[in-house]
Amino acid sequence: MRYTLVLALISLSAAAGAQEWEDRQLFNEGGGDSALRIISSTDTNLFAPLIETFVTRNPDVAVEYLVTGTADIDRRFRASPGDFDIAISSAMDLQLKLANDGFALPLEDIEHPAWAEWRKSLFAFTSEPAAIVVNREAFDGHPIPQSRQELIEALRARPEIFHDRIGTYDVRRSGLGYLFATQDARASETFWRLMEVMGALDARLYSSSSQMIEDLSNGTIIVAYNVLGSYAEPRAARDDVLEIVLPSDFPTTMMRTALVSQETTQAGAAEAFIQFLVSYQWEDDGEARTLPPLSEEDAIERATIGLEPALLAFLDTLKRDKFLTEWENALIQD
Amino acid sequence: MSNSVEVSGSLRNRLVLTLIGGAAVLAMLLFFAVRSYAVQVAQQGQDSILEASVASMLDAATIRDGAVELDLPYSAFSMLSTSADDRVFYAIYQDGTFLSGYEDLAYSEGQPFETQLMRGSDVRTVSASRTMIGADLRTDIQIVLAQTQDALSETLDQISRNVALFGIGFFALAAALSFWATSATIGQLDKLTISVTRRGPQDLSPFAKPVPQEMAPLVKSLNSLMGRLDQSLSQSEDFIAEAAHRVRTPLATVRSYAEATLQRVDKEENREAMRSMVKAIDESSRAAGQLLDHAMTTFRADHLERDDIDLVELVAELVQRLTPIVDMKDLTLTQNGDGQVPYAGDPILIQSAVRNLIDNSMKYSPVESAITITVAADPAPRITVCDQGPGFPSNEIETLTARFQRGANAATTIGSGLGLTIAQDVALAHGGALHLTNQPEGGACVTLSFSH
Ligand SMILES: Nc1ncnc2c1ncn2[C@@H]1O[C@H](COP(=O)(O)OP(=O)(O)OP(=O)(O)O)[C@@H](O)[C@H]1O
Ligand SMILES: [Mg+2]
Repeated sequence: MRYTLVLALISLSAAAGAQEWEDRQLFNEGGGDSALRIISSTDTNLFAPLIETFVTRNPDVAVEYLVTGTADIDRRFRASPGDFDIAISSAMDLQLKLANDGFALPLEDIEHPAWAEWRKSLFAFTSEPAAIVVNREAFDGHPIPQSRQELIEALRARPEIFHDRIGTYDVRRSGLGYLFATQDARASETFWRLMEVMGALDARLYSSSSQMIEDLSNGTIIVAYNVLGSYAEPRAARDDVLEIVLPSDFPTTMMRTALVSQETTQAGAAEAFIQFLVSYQWEDDGEARTLPPLSEEDAIERATIGLEPALLAFLDTLKRDKFLTEWENALIQD
Repeated sequence: MSNSVEVSGSLRNRLVLTLIGGAAVLAMLLFFAVRSYAVQVAQQGQDSILEASVASMLDAATIRDGAVELDLPYSAFSMLSTSADDRVFYAIYQDGTFLSGYEDLAYSEGQPFETQLMRGSDVRTVSASRTMIGADLRTDIQIVLAQTQDALSETLDQISRNVALFGIGFFALAAALSFWATSATIGQLDKLTISVTRRGPQDLSPFAKPVPQEMAPLVKSLNSLMGRLDQSLSQSEDFIAEAAHRVRTPLATVRSYAEATLQRVDKEENREAMRSMVKAIDESSRAAGQLLDHAMTTFRADHLERDDIDLVELVAELVQRLTPIVDMKDLTLTQNGDGQVPYAGDPILIQSAVRNLIDNSMKYSPVESAITITVAADPAPRITVCDQGPGFPSNEIETLTARFQRGANAATTIGSGLGLTIAQDVALAHGGALHLTNQPEGGACVTLSFSH
């Protein structure tokens, strides 16, 4: 009875929300009584190989993979935590707040280094730096900027080239964009100067890395700031003109995190998935992956954003409002 | 006399239990005291971090264009990182109106620090406020900050474990010490017991070895008891000797008067009466002598004192002393057997026993017969006296050793029926036995055997 109800609910919500998802895929259909519902901000093409490996190893588990933006994940998950079994997001601050607010189920049995987990409920599984991606052709005869400072100088030097042809995250809509921006702002004043320069050049604002990379490769923009290197890499490999620059002054590195919903009905399968995820993404196993592995070296040497309650600071509404106002003042100058 | 003593409780157990019990109580007290102190210190640690954090938050409040702005410092939250990844909640109010954070966290006016339940876990909260004064504005900013206590309880668990280990160690050490102290104390008592047990039966001298102060009263009363015992014992020995003297001397006098009278009386029927009288006196004198001998035997047997003696030499001495009397009765007394039979026993008692046996053989044997004394060492030291008389009446042989028991053959002989009793008492006192037999070729044989 309950099982039919669950099924009915799932199909109902699926039917109702079909158009609301960026992408939606079912793996190993019919493999289990009900599918493990994963809400994620990671593009399906990057995540699918992982799920496929998981379902081959666990043939009795079906996985429904739902893709949406980081801010949307937070909103939907808070609204109905029982609808999802696992939440995967690159917005570490939002994920940490979910765990802090009691939405995550602690998984005591999962062995993971302390710096890559929080309260045994939030598990990091990638190390991904924020990159500057440039179109090499636009810098023909000019040095490619290697740091924020150099980027500011390059933009100032040839405003006519860059006007309307640079992109960055719209931090109001993207959780990851907001995370990168706040961490940048925390690290250096250069960030605000860069934002002002970009604002003066009428920068285009995006809500996801993939859209930015799309526009980079079709030539709409020639510089993108704070793009996920992991998304840009496959495109840069194909497209010779794209170059990925990790800012040499301070590279901001994010860890993608996963948590199991406190209200999951499939705790066993969910835990098995997290276990699979963290061991699959562990740096030493030498497997070819579509997502960068978790790197301890990165965590120590690069400015990897730590999983700690300080992430809650920028989520404070007063602080967020103030930050967004400043950001708008800098970037949107009409 | 019974050798068992009523026992109630054990000093050793009582001491050990008291000391170990005390140690256990102390260890517990130590554990709880240190733990509660640790709780206090750890809580103070968390409180001061919370306080610093909330202070830096309040510090960040500013008034701009007549409105309050609060740009929460990143560090205020960084400093709340703990090893156990404790959860953090906060709420910001302006004059009681909720501004941001967690609305379910209430500001507490009176108490700065509180422990309460929030979203399923225990949290420590700190409430602090700051009054902001602007150009035409006066307002209160209130902040409540809460943190779960996982790291705190981890620390406390660890401290508790360590303190418990320390307590157990303390207890084990105290227990070992109390065992040692107890056996050292009881050892003094054991020492006294050994020195009492080791004493000879006649040794009633006071204890001279130094004893611990607490045992001095006991030893003092023991010494005084033994002094009194010694005195009463020598008094009774004196009494026996005195009684023997007092009975025998007048009897001897009466007998000498009777003998003298007998010489002067001519009438045959008077002489007969005088002879009966002399016989009765002899009878009484013998009885008195044997009674005193018996009393002496009983006394010495109760306080047996063993000397190293040679039984052969002892018998030879006796034989030599008795030879004149034996000769007078036309009997022969011969001694044979081993050359030397060393034995530890009371020579006076053994002589008395053997004398009674020879005495019997002399009394109940016909003239010109032989009495043989054999002293042998194996299998046990023993002395056998055999004669060539009529032997014991065979139907009475079992009962003759009883007190005052005389045989049918003794009607005409002077005696009291105590001789064999004395001999048997001496044998028993030395752990041996008295054996009566009749020889197949005639004659009685009595064996006095001793144990080693
Ligand atoms: N050598 C012996 N031959 C025959 N009968 C004996 C012999 N010795 C003892 N008896 C018998 O055993 C009895 C008990 O002997 P016991 O020496 O105890 O008493 P007693 O000789 O009669 O008196 P006393 O006390 O003066 O010695 C004697 O009365 C006698 O009948
Ligand atoms: Mg006799």
